[in-house]
Amino acid sequence: MPTGLKRGLQGISVAVVVGLLALLAWKVVHQDKGVANELAKGKRPPAPHFDLTRLDRTGKLSLASLRGKVVVLNFWASWCAPCKSEAPRLEAAWQSYRRDGVVVVGVDAQDFSGDARKFMRAHELTYPNVHDGPGKVLPKYGVTGFPETYFVGRDGRLVGERIQGEISRQELTAGIKRALAS
Amino acid sequence: MKTLLVLVLALGLAAPALASDRHPTLGELEGEVMCPTCKTTLDQSSAPIADRIRQYISARIAAGDTKSEIKAKLVAQFGPAVLAEPSKHGFNLLAWVLPLVGIGLAAAALGLLAWRWTRSREPVAAVAGAPLDPELDRRVDEELARFDN
Repeated sequence: MPTGLKRGLQGISVAVVVGLLALLAWKVVHQDKGVANELAKGKRPPAPHFDLTRLDRTGKLSLASLRGKVVVLNFWASWCAPCKSEAPRLEAAWQSYRRDGVVVVGVDAQDFSGDARKFMRAHELTYPNVHDGPGKVLPKYGVTGFPETYFVGRDGRLVGERIQGEISRQELTAGIKRALAS
Repeated sequence: MKTLLVLVLALGLAAPALASDRHPTLGELEGEVMCPTCKTTLDQSSAPIADRIRQYISARIAAGDTKSEIKAKLVAQFGPAVLAEPSKHGFNLLAWVLPLVGIGLAAAALGLLAWRWTRSREPVAAVAGAPLDPELDRRVDEELARFDN
């Protein structure tokens, strides 16, 4: 093989390997870790947008449409055991605080919509719930498991801390009060 | 004759595929459907949602759904990522076409290299046939004569 051609091929091979390594490094650095990381650092990042199909009625619900209200954002799935335990607490909070401009929004993810509706009927949930079957919203927030709850202030920014796992009544009340005060 | 043979082969291959689509089994679908939470195929997952999807598939098979229908229903619920293999139309077609294009390009590059390599060796053969330097020729003759003695 002529030396020039050989060197050319070697150069192309090295360039391909370097390119792949750069792509890997970029992916690692820019991995979508969600806003949960910023929230943990005490920042107030904007709550990532979503526009999802409603489970409690027809049509869609956009987070942007709730601007001006405090939103308790609860990620859940019907197959998740702790989600069953916390559901009555979320419903109670919705009933207690809705007059103060607080909306509880359930995001059912990685789940059958039929199962989610059965869950809502079984637990007599009346607050808005949306379906995110593919779980596209989860990485935007940094949701790592179910259930997980976030609080959104009237300005559309996250406030306080995310609650991973089953939320207690105290955590729920404290989160709502903090969001109302923000 | 050749056409007939191709037709017989095509029908022979199509028949099992058609039967598999009309009468799918849970076992084969478990290898073709992903668990949404664990990102592995169902047959490698024991997550609650994987169990629920298995249950759903069994119910749909019992109801007489074809494999394509079951997959379409799962995609409607969980999105296209629920399928282990990308679909063969639209943008996803690239996932099937690109490897073939890559193999084709690699084969073409190898062919080109081999052709250039063989061509570059030809002048060497020509040089071997060229007359030797008289001094070198004389020395080779002397050495050969000494070797013969």
